[in-house]
Amino acid sequence: MRALRGLGQRVTARIWRLGYASRFVLAILMYSGTSLRRVHLTIREVYFTGVLSLIIILVSGLFVGMVLGLQGYDTLARYGSTEALGVLVSLSLVRELGPVVAALLFASRAGSAITAEIGMMKATEQLSAMEMMAVDPIARVVAPRFWGGVISMPLLAALFSAMGIFGGYLVGVQLIGVDEGSFWSQMQASVDFRQDILNGVIKSFVFGIIVSWVAVFEGYDAEPTAEGVSGATTRTVVTSSLAILAADFVLTAFMFTGT
Amino acid sequence: MSRTTLDLWVGFFVAVGLGALLFLALKVGNLASSSSGETYAIQAKFDNIGGLKVRGAVKSAGVVVGRVTEIRFDPEAYLALVTIQVDARYKFPRDTFATINTSGLLGEQYIGFEVGGDTAMLKAGDTIKKTQSAVVLEKLISQFMFNKAAEDGGKK
Repeated sequence: MRALRGLGQRVTARIWRLGYASRFVLAILMYSGTSLRRVHLTIREVYFTGVLSLIIILVSGLFVGMVLGLQGYDTLARYGSTEALGVLVSLSLVRELGPVVAALLFASRAGSAITAEIGMMKATEQLSAMEMMAVDPIARVVAPRFWGGVISMPLLAALFSAMGIFGGYLVGVQLIGVDEGSFWSQMQASVDFRQDILNGVIKSFVFGIIVSWVAVFEGYDAEPTAEGVSGATTRTVVTSSLAILAADFVLTAFMFTGT
Repeated sequence: MSRTTLDLWVGFFVAVGLGALLFLALKVGNLASSSSGETYAIQAKFDNIGGLKVRGAVKSAGVVVGRVTEIRFDPEAYLALVTIQVDARYKFPRDTFATINTSGLLGEQYIGFEVGGDTAMLKAGDTIKKTQSAVVLEKLISQFMFNKAAEDGGKK
């Protein structure tokens, strides 16, 4: 009986938080007019979330592409169609790995930082101080970080894919010796701009919204203690990673079926 | 509002990101050549199109001269009706022979044009009369098996 009550309580708490999070995102949207008018706030956040994530995104993109080149070559060689290596590398990056892996890295690199920053602001009562000065913390602190993340994510994912294709090219063409002409021409023949690239961009945009939303909400909702902030940071990474993978399944089911 | 080094970095980041998108669109997705130039539409009827897909290539002598834009089922003739957009630079004789080929053993299927000797050229809206269907591997195998069985039966 007690276990049942505990379960019910937990479920209610989750639903309560979900409703609060939805109300929170509405508040962000309402106040984002102010943050877009003071554009330097958002630019500052693009710097912190986007520019500072460049290194990790570029390096991991390169390595993911190189691994794809090696593994793809190994498998394709069994079927005697190693010329299709470019197609394999580019399609898997543009459609899936680019948006998803970039979003996972973004969640752990930038999302956790956003949560920790807002959580610490709350713990040190900076947010309350802002309210005292009639500055809305959602407009001043939360909305710029949200939009900064949403703007950075598609660019980072595109960079990840481009870098990965370059890595696949390095390994496939330069190292193993797949024919360069067929590597690019088969890729160009089978990658469709709207079907593959645009859908990938849409995916990364949705992931950007998810990560930024989870990160700012967990930070804003964190318990104002050191433990609360660390717990919120962990929750940001876990929740946004799970949400990214689940959303990826839903989006893929919508985008890449029935062709 | 004064310019800062931060603005420079953000500008650099956005430019590089957009550059990557452009690279994906042009070099990987080949957006530039897929929608260029004028085309004219012709149709061809096939008994069986196999694995041919919309946006599949149309080649003559191995060079891409057009794209498949629509595949429909013709309910009166029980045939597949394929609409092809051919590059307006290229003209083909009326008796051009359209075949469905496969690039490589497991590759994509494409339509190949084998040029005939007619002096009149195909115009927009024309239908290619002579076509050859896709090779269905299962049929080939079963034909081979039956032939083999018939040979073995004759020996006894």
